[in-house]
Amino acid sequence: MRRADRRPVAGAQGRRGPSRRGLLRITFSWLLWLGFAALGAVAGLWAAATARFLFPNALKEPPQRFKVGFPADYPPAHVESRFKDEHGVWVVHGTYRGQAQIYALSSVCTHLGCITIWQEEQKRFKCPCHGSAFYMDGINYEGPAPRPLERYAIRIADDGQLEVDKSRTYQEELGQWHDPDSYVPT
Amino acid sequence: MIDWPHYASEEGFVAGLAGPLGWYYLGVAALNLGAMWYALRRRRSRLEAVVWALMGMAFAGLGGLAMSGHPLVLPEWLKDACDRALGPVTFTLGAMAGLVIFYLGRRVLVQPLVSWTALNVSLLLMGASMTDPDFARTVSRPDNVPIVGMVYLLAFFTWLGTAQAVRNDERLRRGQGPVEAGFTDKVLVWPDVVYIELIGAIVATVVLVVWSLLIPAPLEEPANPAVTPNPSKAPWYFLGLQEMLLYFDPAVAGVVLPALIILGLMAIPYLDPNPRGSGYYTVDQRRFGWAVFLFGFLGLWILLILIGTFMRGPNWSFFGPYEPRDPHKIAAATNIKLCEYFWAVWLGRGVPRVPPESGGLQKLGIILWREIAGLTLTCAYFVVLPAVLARTALRRMRQAMGRARYWLMILLLLMMLMLPLKMILNWTAHLSYIVSIPEYSFNL
Repeated sequence: MRRADRRPVAGAQGRRGPSRRGLLRITFSWLLWLGFAALGAVAGLWAAATARFLFPNALKEPPQRFKVGFPADYPPAHVESRFKDEHGVWVVHGTYRGQAQIYALSSVCTHLGCITIWQEEQKRFKCPCHGSAFYMDGINYEGPAPRPLERYAIRIADDGQLEVDKSRTYQEELGQWHDPDSYVPT
Repeated sequence: MIDWPHYASEEGFVAGLAGPLGWYYLGVAALNLGAMWYALRRRRSRLEAVVWALMGMAFAGLGGLAMSGHPLVLPEWLKDACDRALGPVTFTLGAMAGLVIFYLGRRVLVQPLVSWTALNVSLLLMGASMTDPDFARTVSRPDNVPIVGMVYLLAFFTWLGTAQAVRNDERLRRGQGPVEAGFTDKVLVWPDVVYIELIGAIVATVVLVVWSLLIPAPLEEPANPAVTPNPSKAPWYFLGLQEMLLYFDPAVAGVVLPALIILGLMAIPYLDPNPRGSGYYTVDQRRFGWAVFLFGFLGLWILLILIGTFMRGPNWSFFGPYEPRDPHKIAAATNIKLCEYFWAVWLGRGVPRVPPESGGLQKLGIILWREIAGLTLTCAYFVVLPAVLARTALRRMRQAMGRARYWLMILLLLMMLMLPLKMILNWTAHLSYIVSIPEYSFNL
């Protein structure tokens, strides 16, 4: 279509235009509001879903403090594996620097956080990820682990049972194993 | 799904494997027949055709033997010798020696007569080794099958690139241009390249689907936060990193070295002062770059993946290729730090101890004094050695590159070299850390 042909048509529409254009404007603004409302609703739902996602469906944390039986239950040179699955703790009656003690070792390898295995025949805690090994007293001697296993606080509770407190840890390389809270002498 | 015959008894295992092994040998024989046809028609080489025909007949014979229930079996003494000889030290040093031999003898080694024979020998060894239950179990684990494929793919592509480089180098020595300089005919992206890509995508999809039907993904029991499987292996492409974690502090092996690998690869175009070898295969014109690539990619990254895949077993101990994966294998791997070597073994004195009540500067002073040997050695390796090299062996390179580029390049190269050096020191002398300051979580 040539430009000369188009102009009169545009003019003809222009004469009747205002009412139709007004209708269009009202419809358009309605659609605009609707669209933004839908967008807002979706964004709100999405934000709510994200916020909900931050809270886990189930949260079962074993207590930080728990009783592990009487000191007499632990014969010398014994590693108790009963509390490993639930609490991640080895309760050991061993020696540290010549002193017989009961202490609670974390089962988490100090290299990269894998869970160690107690191997009774070799008398060692062995990490299956990179082969680090620890003596019964928790001192690292094999593989890449840079420091000994950590100890948790342990004490004799009022009823005479041993009580482990996982909220406090003691690191050998920082000289914290001399802290009387980190072991029970036997 | 491939159902491996009962592993319980070795005789039953071999008997059950006889059929598949027979087909395997017949397949290799067919491969050799194809090579014979290619040698006659395309390469017009009678000698090669005769050799491939003979090898094909030998493999066909092995296939018949296997199908009649008598597959080729490696003798026990040979397997024991392999297990004893293939420790980490011999494997690593052997691989390095192999790379040096490949570099020096590349003109001979890429010849079809040599390389195809090498392929045949490796396929023969593979077939004979599959009669060993421990080898078969290791190689056929769904996690390890792709690594076996990767070994052959890498060998093929290394051969392909080197063969073209050798051909170009001969032409360049005669004063002709590289073969690629004659590539003047251009083709259109659409449809030529896009069609090839489409077909490639379809073939890859079909291969993946068939593969996943034959060998199901190795799913394990649900994760248990209280139990870590023994051994716990990373995905194959991270096994190199997992292996590095054994010899360095987690921060160094897990963060610093991977970052340096990526940064170093990015820096190569800016460090490389050699303008030649652009757009064509060549070794003679890029000796240094090629050697560093072979060492860094095949000699470090791939080697570490192979060690992690095939040699590491329960407790992360080393196992030979035909050795049972016994979780109670005792391996003496007691760690000794350099400071313990220095003070206790060489000087015969006690390692300086940090008194618990000391703090601040006094503590730092004692720690630095304790680590004096490691710190001196590190300084010598990263500062003195490059400076000496710049005046002696690498003088021409230092002049061509300028100070900044030379130092950046040599530091990256020394970092690379540090890895096999520390691995071998760890295996032979049980050295754990050169500098070990657990008080501040710093270990080198």
